[in-house]
Amino acid sequence: MIRTRFFLSCIAFLLITLALLSLHSRYGKQAWIAQELTANRKLVANLALTDLALWTEARYTRHPALADFFAPFQDAPASFEHFPAGSIIAPRLPGVSTTLRVRKPPVGAPK
Amino acid sequence: MTRFLKILEYALSSLARRKFKNFSIIAIYSFTIASLASILLLTHSLKEIAVNVLADGPDIVVQRLTGGRHDMIPASNAQAIEKLIGVGRVTPRIWGYYYDGLYQTNYTILGVHEKLPPLEMVKGRMVARDGECTVGQGVATTQNAEIGNELLLINSKGIGHTCEITGMFKAQSNLWTNDLILFSQDDLQRFFATPDGLATDIIVEVYNPKEIPVVAQKIKQLFPDTRPVTLNEILHTYQSVFNWRSGMMLTIFASSLIAFSILAWDKATGISGEEKQEIGILKAIGWDTSDILALKFSEGSVISVTSFLLGISLAYIHVFLLGAPLLVPVLKGWSVLFPRLQLVPYVDMYQIFTLGFLTIIPYMASTVLPSWKSAITDPESIMRGG
Amino acid sequence: MPLIIKTQEINKYYNRYKADEVRALEDVTLTISQGEALVLNGASGSGKTTLLSLIGCMARPTSGSIFIQDKEVSRLPERFLTNIRRQTFGFIFQQLNLIRDISALENILLPLYPSGTSIKEMNWRAKEILTRLNILKKAHMKVSALSGGEQQRVAIARALINQPQIIIADEPTAHLDSFLAAELLQILTELNREGKTVVIATHDPFVSRHKLIDRVIRMRDGQIIGGLEP
Repeated sequence: MIRTRFFLSCIAFLLITLALLSLHSRYGKQAWIAQELTANRKLVANLALTDLALWTEARYTRHPALADFFAPFQDAPASFEHFPAGSIIAPRLPGVSTTLRVRKPPVGAPK
Repeated sequence: MTRFLKILEYALSSLARRKFKNFSIIAIYSFTIASLASILLLTHSLKEIAVNVLADGPDIVVQRLTGGRHDMIPASNAQAIEKLIGVGRVTPRIWGYYYDGLYQTNYTILGVHEKLPPLEMVKGRMVARDGECTVGQGVATTQNAEIGNELLLINSKGIGHTCEITGMFKAQSNLWTNDLILFSQDDLQRFFATPDGLATDIIVEVYNPKEIPVVAQKIKQLFPDTRPVTLNEILHTYQSVFNWRSGMMLTIFASSLIAFSILAWDKATGISGEEKQEIGILKAIGWDTSDILALKFSEGSVISVTSFLLGISLAYIHVFLLGAPLLVPVLKGWSVLFPRLQLVPYVDMYQIFTLGFLTIIPYMASTVLPSWKSAITDPESIMRGG
Repeated sequence: MPLIIKTQEINKYYNRYKADEVRALEDVTLTISQGEALVLNGASGSGKTTLLSLIGCMARPTSGSIFIQDKEVSRLPERFLTNIRRQTFGFIFQQLNLIRDISALENILLPLYPSGTSIKEMNWRAKEILTRLNILKKAHMKVSALSGGEQQRVAIARALINQPQIIIADEPTAHLDSFLAAELLQILTELNREGKTVVIATHDPFVSRHKLIDRVIRMRDGQIIGGLEP
């Protein structure tokens, strides 16, 4: 049974590692929420930031939230994606929440 | 219980017989799981950070579109928007991008209106007047600048513009401010040579969050050439930025392909004539079909459970303790300024369980199912010299 | 002596209703008493091995019945058959059928892995048998590193670990030189003396004429052609 014992101790070791990591996750999260979340929120609120400063290679990757609808093609329609980060992040959601419906007034209607 | 332990012992003994093969499988299998899990952990953490912090982002950002492109908006629009019911402060702002040819980096320059309250995330002092600036860590590092130094940028007329660095963003805000430079609004207007009365966009504060869509609708009615981006849309962008259509997921699919080729390899080589013979022997000396399947099941679970636990632990250590060094090059693309990732260990258990389910079950199936046929045949064949 | 095995008009077909149908056994009726040492003799293809595998509960007859210790086994589902096989029989095969890459001890213990026997008991039994067969020193060696005679003894030890009442051997001397064959028969003789029933299928006259054997049953073309009476 020496192999079983060895194997089970390996599994136990891995489980303990995972338990420690989940503790790390828990306390890491709590620490971030306690120390940095509020400060970062204040920063974002005061400077009206809209995006993560992750990809600085192109306008639409630096500010995906504010990008034009057809940003990837804006300079040469139907060109292939140029920037690597542009292929990592998903295209902006197709729907726009604010839209205008324009209706032609019926003929003869009072202005 | 003893029966199970004894079968497990024998399963381990059979695995040990093909030590090299099985250790390679565990190594490749856990590497696959580690890379899949790293991507899941990384994207989930970024998403959580973005969504949590952006909760305090601007309620509405009003852009103007000309010919389908973002264009400068008349600052005077702000007055009309201010009159809408439920609207608080309305701020036209100027911001833009700057390419530093010397260091080949892109910066984002943002104009600051008036005196901002001191922020915890700023070391030193926030920009307060013309000729001053506040910079992000990434900017400071590439320029090799410190608080008190002068920052030299070339303005749109080709003339050097110097400003004194009065403050620097702390590293904890890197995800937001790494490439950021703050100027005073007037300085920036001169720097970009923006015509008077124009702004890049207009920030609108709405008192009641529930009224944001209504206000956005009204702005769109007032100025049909604008595009109001609501806070919800911004949050949505970050909730879906790493969805399955993104390239990140393509990477996942590629890794899964590796996983499946391992499975195929193992399956193809798994039930050899030798193994069939072994199953026959076991049946002949008194093992039941269910015992054989329990044996194969144990072999499969030893490999897959070990690999899974190992893979998940490695992924966590890779992403959260080491800062995802292997993924950053992929994530980074051509960005020269890329923040050092200090990720908050947000873990989505649902994702982890799904990953477990999608990797363990196919492996188990591919170990147990091929031996099924050998396990149900009469042991008599072994009497005939196998 | 009480009967331990009884077969009643058993038939065994292979590939039934197909073009290559083979009738391996034809209406075989046979009784074996407890403690008997019996040889099934015949040319290859005469049905010895088939009969042996039916008696040993490794396969089921196409028709007819088999009784092991007065229990009809020919219609039992596999699980029960395996149980009977495990508790009643010890097998020695023509090919030794050892698993070559594991130790002699593990090979010997194999039949007990799926049973509820405790590990202590397993080790105790193995030690006893290994001592008796004089291979205790080689217990932890891989089978592939053992000599032919030692492998033979490992195979016998594995057949005995269940403490079976019936030992079934299929052409056990086919791959042995005369010295090893004699040694094997010596061991079987001892076991027989202890009261175990021994059934051997062979066409080796050396086995058939050995003093151990009580009865020789001659087979041809799936039928018993002589030796039914002792």
